[in-house]
Amino acid sequence: MPNNQDLQDLVIQVRRDILRMVHKVNSGHPGGSLGCTEFFVALYNEIMDLKDGFDMDGKGEDVFFLSNGHISPVFYSVLARKGYFPIEELNTFRLINSRLQGHPTTHEGLPGVRIASGSLGQGMSVAIGAALAKKLNGDDHLIFSLHGDGELQEGQNWEAIMFAAGNKVDNLIATVDRNGQQIDGATEEVLPLGDVAEKFRVFGWDVLEIENGNDLEQVIAGLNEAKKRTGNGKPVCIVMTTVMGNGVDFMMHTHAWHGKAPNDEQLEIALSQNPETLGDY
Amino acid sequence: MTKYTDQGKQDTRSGFGAGMTELGRTNPNVVTLCADLVGSLKIETFIKENPERFFQVGIAEANMMGIAAGLTIGGKIPFASTFANFATGRVYDQVRQSIAYSDKNVKICASHAGLTLGEDGATHQILEDIGLMKMLPGMTVINPCDFNQTKAATLAIADHHGPVYLRFGRPKVANFTPVDQKFEIGKALMLNEGTDVTLLATGHLVWQSLIAAESLENQGISVEVINIHTIKPLDEEAIIKSVKKTGCVVTAEEHNFLGGLGESVARVLATRHPAPQEFVAVQDSFGESGTPDQLMEKYGLDNKAIEAAVLRVLKRK
Repeated sequence: MPNNQDLQDLVIQVRRDILRMVHKVNSGHPGGSLGCTEFFVALYNEIMDLKDGFDMDGKGEDVFFLSNGHISPVFYSVLARKGYFPIEELNTFRLINSRLQGHPTTHEGLPGVRIASGSLGQGMSVAIGAALAKKLNGDDHLIFSLHGDGELQEGQNWEAIMFAAGNKVDNLIATVDRNGQQIDGATEEVLPLGDVAEKFRVFGWDVLEIENGNDLEQVIAGLNEAKKRTGNGKPVCIVMTTVMGNGVDFMMHTHAWHGKAPNDEQLEIALSQNPETLGDY
Repeated sequence: MTKYTDQGKQDTRSGFGAGMTELGRTNPNVVTLCADLVGSLKIETFIKENPERFFQVGIAEANMMGIAAGLTIGGKIPFASTFANFATGRVYDQVRQSIAYSDKNVKICASHAGLTLGEDGATHQILEDIGLMKMLPGMTVINPCDFNQTKAATLAIADHHGPVYLRFGRPKVANFTPVDQKFEIGKALMLNEGTDVTLLATGHLVWQSLIAAESLENQGISVEVINIHTIKPLDEEAIIKSVKKTGCVVTAEEHNFLGGLGESVARVLATRHPAPQEFVAVQDSFGESGTPDQLMEKYGLDNKAIEAAVLRVLKRK
């Protein structure tokens, strides 16, 4: 089990990976990626019970699904640094013939990815299906998923939320990244989501909140608490408040960096705020 | 002409149900999902015998397709069932991203396809589903012709790894193919050898084609009838071989002429062996309420329409 300093170092390094990946191809989504860096680092290095290697079925291990696929940079960086594929491959992000497509896909056979995502609102249904398969297989490992808050505007989520509660899918921990931003502005201005936690509660989920999803200790504590609450007849939801663009001062508290890459000068400033820890790819 | 006997009219959806019953008993990885249409899909026996392997999702088809995709992760073989309209057009993006693009081993099982669900009208009929599904890379598209063949196809797709669209219907139609036949995906079936014209039919129009062929034979026209139960992958060799012999072709399907079997055949002919072709299909319109027989006549999908199309194509040879 890595200590917190190791994880903090990894957080910084993943931020650098994200910034360098999107800068190189002048495209991609740094804002949401930076906001969820602590979550991904904690999940893959502290929380999930994972086998060595990768197979699609994921039997006998915890399984994660990313529903808001546009934050692929943080997903790819954390997968690579966990050993799913060579770290150097981050160099190929969004390039032609790469396994690191703009949005994650199984189509190119990238280890660590089990579903395509990018067209929003589909990941919770998939996570529920995988959770049901685990139950049928007598596998007591858990399914984790991550969803953007704006993504909850897609109606399929609410079909899935209703199903999971009605069918007691209690081996599922779905986390909502409540950064309050989406492409066209603040979620509460584009289409108000209101009290997300209360909505899940009313639908029959066990809900907990992580007040600062960019505080590694809070994230780890929240995810551990969520694990404790599984197996009790209710699906578990974490509403996790994060700051989009976290770790780079000029990217924070705005939706401007949702889908925009930094230029050379901006990259230099951003990287200087996150000095190299584990080595750049 | 080869004689075929109707063993007693049955609906193809009941063939699907019979296939599911058998799969429930023989393949422990098969699971079934349905969106509030259990009775229409004839899967009551599967559910009764395997309640833990059935998931009622309610009126929520998008969620059903996503759950089906997720169930494959862990080795299950999900059969997601509803009406053809709700299994394709309504959830196209879910099928596209979570199933087809993600290479998931999901069987999309669609009843009430085409016009012949009848009185419910165009909101529930669909004449675009073959086109929608065949355009998805990696998707297999199957449209069997009768009860026995639908049952056989249901069993066969469980052993085929990859996404499949299985299309069947509501009305009771002639059941004339062998009981317990072996179903080979992508392999066209020769029903009657002939020399003057090739008649390629799929689904409910296979039986109508046999009736038309018999009538034409009495007029001295030799019709080669081939059952194209698999629209994708298409048995191009069987089609080319036949058209090389006959020199012209009629395609027959309960579908829009845009995007259906006819267009798939036209592509093969245009690139490999150009020949006159006539289409028996719906002429780019929606359906309407009516009895199945009335609709098939009005929209030009019955044996008489097939006969007329054969006479037209022969003049173009």
